[in-house]
Amino acid sequence: MKNSTFSRKRRWLSAPYVIWMLLFTIIPLCIVIYYAFTDSVTGAFTLSNIGGILDYATIFLRSIWLSVAATLICLVVGYPVAYAISQMKPNMQRLLQLLIMLPMCMSFLLRTLAWVALLEDTGILNNVITALGLSPLPLIRNSGAVILGMVYNYLPYMILPLYSAISKINPRLIEAAEDLGCNKTRTFTKVILPLSIPGILSGITMVFVPAVSTFYISQKLGSPGTVMVGDIIESQFKGAYNPNLGAAMSLILMILIFLCIGVTNKVTANDSEEVAN
Amino acid sequence: MNHELIRLENLTMEFEGTRILDNLNLTIENGKFLTLLGPSGCGKTTTLRIIGGFLTPSSGTVLFDGKPINDIPAYKRQINTVFQNYALFPHLDVYDNIAFGLRISRLKEDEIDRRVTEMLRVVSLKGFENRSVASLSGGQQQRVAIARALVNRPKVLLLDEPLGALDLRLRKDMQNELKRIQQEIGITFIYVTHDQEEALSMSDTVVVMDSGRIQQVGTPEDIYNEPANAYVADFIGESNILDGTMLEDYKIRFFGRTFDCLDKGFTPNEPVDVVIRPEDVDIVDPSEGRLCGTVTNVTFKGVHYDTIVNFSGFKWLIQTTDFHPEGSRIGIRLNPDDIHVMHKSEYSGMFGDYSSYSAEYDEIAVAEESEEE
Repeated sequence: MKNSTFSRKRRWLSAPYVIWMLLFTIIPLCIVIYYAFTDSVTGAFTLSNIGGILDYATIFLRSIWLSVAATLICLVVGYPVAYAISQMKPNMQRLLQLLIMLPMCMSFLLRTLAWVALLEDTGILNNVITALGLSPLPLIRNSGAVILGMVYNYLPYMILPLYSAISKINPRLIEAAEDLGCNKTRTFTKVILPLSIPGILSGITMVFVPAVSTFYISQKLGSPGTVMVGDIIESQFKGAYNPNLGAAMSLILMILIFLCIGVTNKVTANDSEEVAN
Repeated sequence: MNHELIRLENLTMEFEGTRILDNLNLTIENGKFLTLLGPSGCGKTTTLRIIGGFLTPSSGTVLFDGKPINDIPAYKRQINTVFQNYALFPHLDVYDNIAFGLRISRLKEDEIDRRVTEMLRVVSLKGFENRSVASLSGGQQQRVAIARALVNRPKVLLLDEPLGALDLRLRKDMQNELKRIQQEIGITFIYVTHDQEEALSMSDTVVVMDSGRIQQVGTPEDIYNEPANAYVADFIGESNILDGTMLEDYKIRFFGRTFDCLDKGFTPNEPVDVVIRPEDVDIVDPSEGRLCGTVTNVTFKGVHYDTIVNFSGFKWLIQTTDFHPEGSRIGIRLNPDDIHVMHKSEYSGMFGDYSSYSAEYDEIAVAEESEEE
């Protein structure tokens, strides 16, 4: 009795957030869905917007491939870093965590523009290269530069969940693996890696989701050949002025992201159930 | 069959300037249940971890089957460990946990299956193969940990306070279970505990440790009946420890009286510590007693009464099934085999006086123990 009144009272504490969500997430989402299924001129129901996305299939595929590549690079680069940090003394761990988060304190736009300055044909890197008597390299306006920009911007989101998962592994489990005959390599593959799966999955989600919907990085570091979904959605609202098609694209992108999160959560949930104790 | 399996030679361990093990020497025979017993910080767990290969001693040698193994990593030793709090792999079920070591040594699946099934029988966990380890009770997790270690057929099983996390009832059951398993498998068990009762009831050999040094090695009976010094006498069971003088062989003098005893080999008139176990004292009528005292405190303990008796200023603990009320005058009699004589040691005078005894002592002691590591 007492409990239920208490929880009823407490429930009201969430009211501001519920209202916020309703006003700025649920209602806009409904508007997006409405636009996606209506004609831009007549306002009648239509599937042509969704169908129209097929013209942009290559861009969708490219977005997925570029962000998958960036996510994998983040994983490969981030895992050893996260592992190394987890093995250090507590003070060092805190310091390095801070350093990893430091770029996140700097404006995203500024960080991307800084890369433009570095990679440009007449940029800092190419100036160094030409000064050494070599011919300048095409460092910018290609997929590589876009992937680099995404890796640079999203790497902390990979390292932090990985670090948190790895540092939670009970050191006795590692000793137990050694006790049962595992050398360093097999201790890693049989115990450390399986136990860091929740971190790997949340890292993948945290990098892939913003990467696949990014638009600024590809504009600044890419070329017309590396346009991503985020860019064409932006252009539907700003340049081409076809918000209905833009809404349809956003919707499909959102569904793709949901699918990704859904799969991740399903695997993580099964896994964390076992890891819980 | 009972040949030497492990020998620790001059083992010293220092960590950040603190000496954790001080020149430890110990021989462990094959097939024995040996217990390292001592309070928190005495070096028992360190010793176990050195044998397991998880720590490298600062100096000294670990010999296994006569060969030094200091430089052999844990994974190459024919030794398995049951860790404190079990350290079961949370991502594997019961079967896969037990099969872990066998898969690492790349045994054939049918051989693995045979051995895991056999082990599940030994630890009475048949039917639990596919359960997740998180769904098991403490006692069941304990059994999985034992099975996971034993299935590899090690020559030695190390157990680091394996029953510490279990409640009293379960702990008693598991004590019997462990002893049964050890006798069935017939390999050496090296067991670490701070619980003297556990040590006495399971072990073939008890090694009492304090401050990184071995205080006494012996059978449970030796340790209890012939403690080597005041520390051991106090740590194992209850003891009244008195100052005495060994007049000659079989003659001991304390409290101004001379008693017959069974000890010999001391220098004439050597000052010694005398141990008298509370349960060995016979209470008689004051007129018949060798010593007479006044009861100052009585606590009912179930099987017996803890009776504190004041003998001219020195208080003894006497355990008796007869009730003697506070304030009554009693006499005591001591048989020669009730008196245990020990050489003086650094621990003399530190233990065995019940002057400040109170029933709360037991509770304080229990609380201190549970804080361990």
